[in-house]
Amino acid sequence: MLSYTLKRLLQAIPTLWIVITLSFFLMHLAPGGPFDGERQLPPEIEANLLASYGLDKPVWAQYFTYMGNLLQGDLGPSFKYKDFSVTELVAQGFPVSLELGMWAIGLALLVGIPMGVIAALKRNSTVDYMVMGTALAGVAIPNFVIAPLLALVFGVFLAWLPVGGWNDGHWKNMILPVVALSIQQIAYIARMMRASMIEVLGSHFVRTARAKGLSEIAVIFRHALRPAMLPVISYLGPAIAGIITGSVVIEQIFGIPGIGRYFVQAALNRDYTLVMGTVVFYGALIVLFNLIVDLLYSALDPQIRYDNE
Amino acid sequence: MLNTRTLVGSIALALSAAAPLQADTLRLAIMGEPASLDPHKISGTWENDVVGDLFEGLVTEAADGSRIPGVAESWEVSADGTVYTFTLRDDAKWSDGEPVTADDFVFAFQRILAPATAANYAYLLYPVKNAEAVYAGDAETSTLGIEALDATTLQITLERSTPYFLDQLSHYTAYPLPSHTVETYGNDWSQPDNMVSNGAFQLDEWQSQTRITASRNPYFHDVDNVALEEVVYYPIEERNTALNRFRAGEIDIAREFPTQRYDWLMDNLPEAVQVAPYLGIYYYAFNTRNGHPTADPRVREALSLAVRREVITDQILGTGEVPAYSFVPPNVSHYEAPTLSFAELSQDERLERARDLLQEAGYGPDNPLELMLRYNTSEDHRKVAIALAAMWKPLGVEVDLFNSEVAVHYSDIRQGDFDVARAGWIGDYNDAQNFLSLLESNVANNYGAYSSAEFDALMSEAANTQDMDARAELMAEAEAIALEDSATLPIYYYVSRNLVSPDLEGWETNIEDIHRSRWIHFDN
Repeated sequence: MLSYTLKRLLQAIPTLWIVITLSFFLMHLAPGGPFDGERQLPPEIEANLLASYGLDKPVWAQYFTYMGNLLQGDLGPSFKYKDFSVTELVAQGFPVSLELGMWAIGLALLVGIPMGVIAALKRNSTVDYMVMGTALAGVAIPNFVIAPLLALVFGVFLAWLPVGGWNDGHWKNMILPVVALSIQQIAYIARMMRASMIEVLGSHFVRTARAKGLSEIAVIFRHALRPAMLPVISYLGPAIAGIITGSVVIEQIFGIPGIGRYFVQAALNRDYTLVMGTVVFYGALIVLFNLIVDLLYSALDPQIRYDNE
Repeated sequence: MLNTRTLVGSIALALSAAAPLQADTLRLAIMGEPASLDPHKISGTWENDVVGDLFEGLVTEAADGSRIPGVAESWEVSADGTVYTFTLRDDAKWSDGEPVTADDFVFAFQRILAPATAANYAYLLYPVKNAEAVYAGDAETSTLGIEALDATTLQITLERSTPYFLDQLSHYTAYPLPSHTVETYGNDWSQPDNMVSNGAFQLDEWQSQTRITASRNPYFHDVDNVALEEVVYYPIEERNTALNRFRAGEIDIAREFPTQRYDWLMDNLPEAVQVAPYLGIYYYAFNTRNGHPTADPRVREALSLAVRREVITDQILGTGEVPAYSFVPPNVSHYEAPTLSFAELSQDERLERARDLLQEAGYGPDNPLELMLRYNTSEDHRKVAIALAAMWKPLGVEVDLFNSEVAVHYSDIRQGDFDVARAGWIGDYNDAQNFLSLLESNVANNYGAYSSAEFDALMSEAANTQDMDARAELMAEAEAIALEDSATLPIYYYVSRNLVSPDLEGWETNIEDIHRSRWIHFDN
């Protein structure tokens, strides 16, 4: 197990290097620079700005400088947010996105798994249709529709909850974004759970368990649930990485100071260092969560063991 | 029973505690996260909203945007208009109680013009003697035309008479800096723990992407007339979110609202809607470089004639924008803009003339005019671009629409890769020169490379004219030439759009859309 983990971590280094290198050159290939905007700066001002960020050097030289700094853990200064370094921006934004994302994933699992299980057990009944109909709506309606609707209903009309803002993570400010963020995940998880539960319930070992005379509850909880959750678990790796690095839409709509917004904004602003910072961070998280999921897999499924490799 | 009541009570208490609301706290939605609170490192209007409350220049803005004495109590201008001598008020203080001295201004001017500061907006101070040379490293910093004669007397020497210079002194590029703390903390001086400022408010807290809190500065010279105790600035980029938070009562002022909601707002919250003419022009640049069909002035005029500006402002946008028949917006101080000669013609007459012009230029059914139109990503820009293409269609013009995000758009049109391209300009200061200089030969923001020796000559003569009326006339003459040449295609004048709680008083609309919190108070 340990050697497997180490091996995977070592494999991650070339993967990340390729991601970083590709992103770096693609970003510089994109037309327009960080100081292109509605008003062009006088040439001497622009030249001075480019020089002060090292952008006057050839791209390959900038690449080596960047990689050198990165190896020392320095992500550079943000071009846009001049009072902050990229490391500071990520360090400030990530805990917020993480907190929001963990609640959203937690809620999605808590609601999505039982929904899927119930639908599978009551297959083709009214309950099933209702649950799956709701899930279908959840998948189909994008969160940029759900989020403003929630804000309008619970924030403006009913005035129960704040419309936006973070307020240092006060629970009242968290409810709407967490719900908005999790609805789609709930729907995915419920559908996945239902499908795999139906498959597991039809398998031989469940039939054997029932034949032993176990109660239905014991069959489900002791035997069927664990294998049925495997597809959900493998889905969770990328989903968690995605959800805890923030949702651009949700963070914009509710005005939440996470890092999700930087993904798009930094690219539009040509804030090169911030673009790279988020790429590096997101890439590392995906690698990490995929590893965790694979390890979890082996814990849940006795047929998968990594020690033998 | 008791338990239930206690529970209900504590929930009620928790709810009320979660929304601290004091009538002397103003909650303001600004349209973006400030890049910095250092006046030398900013360039956005949303940053101006905050920094302008924290600092005060020699001259400052009244509630209606007009200029009034700030740190300077009085001033004298030499007969040739090049030397300004300011007497600073002796009760001007930094928020730590230290006096604001003439040296603080000298320090600030020298700092913003130092290449190491890398200030985007340093060029706004180029009217100051030797400023450009100092920035370029061709002159010693000490030769900059600013000198502290004593602690409260400041002398600024200009390259040449600049009539709008006094107005410009209220801009953040001309604020004093607390030299005593900048020298101690270096670039960290603007961090909340270190910052001292000389405006009506002082910085308490800055939570990135969340809020900025400022409280009344007890050392401010006019503190007795500042009603608000605290101002909280919420950076909210999403205009719909700002609107929702305004409706929910979470903010008192939103510095912008979504244009699509204008009708709804006028029906439901008319007393909160503040729409006013703004110092900006929305226009299309014509590429006048050789090889482009728009190099021919007849083609440009024909295209301009066919654009029904009223349809765009009233039916397509419909939020109070004003159709533009000149390049300089109306209400610019000390200036009367000439208008396009065809403004009086009916639509049919305009179209007829446009057809004739295109025919003269050699375009017709056998040889249709083909244009490449570029615009940057935005729902409104897209609508206008499509409308233009539709309005030109009756002339037999075939338009290829190209859309790109803003950085790409401007980098492409600067390289001349377009025939007609969407552009806009918001005045840096309230003077016609700021707009007209965009049409001078070889300037950076002259996207279409329009060039007229006559225009340039008039502008340079205006620059050397001290008499305000004579200067205005020269500039109007220059603008008339540019309009005659159809140098650009003016479409509409911008408006500012604010939501202001009816509980507030002291808010006055103005062409620069500058609103300092020191003038605002709650109606009790």
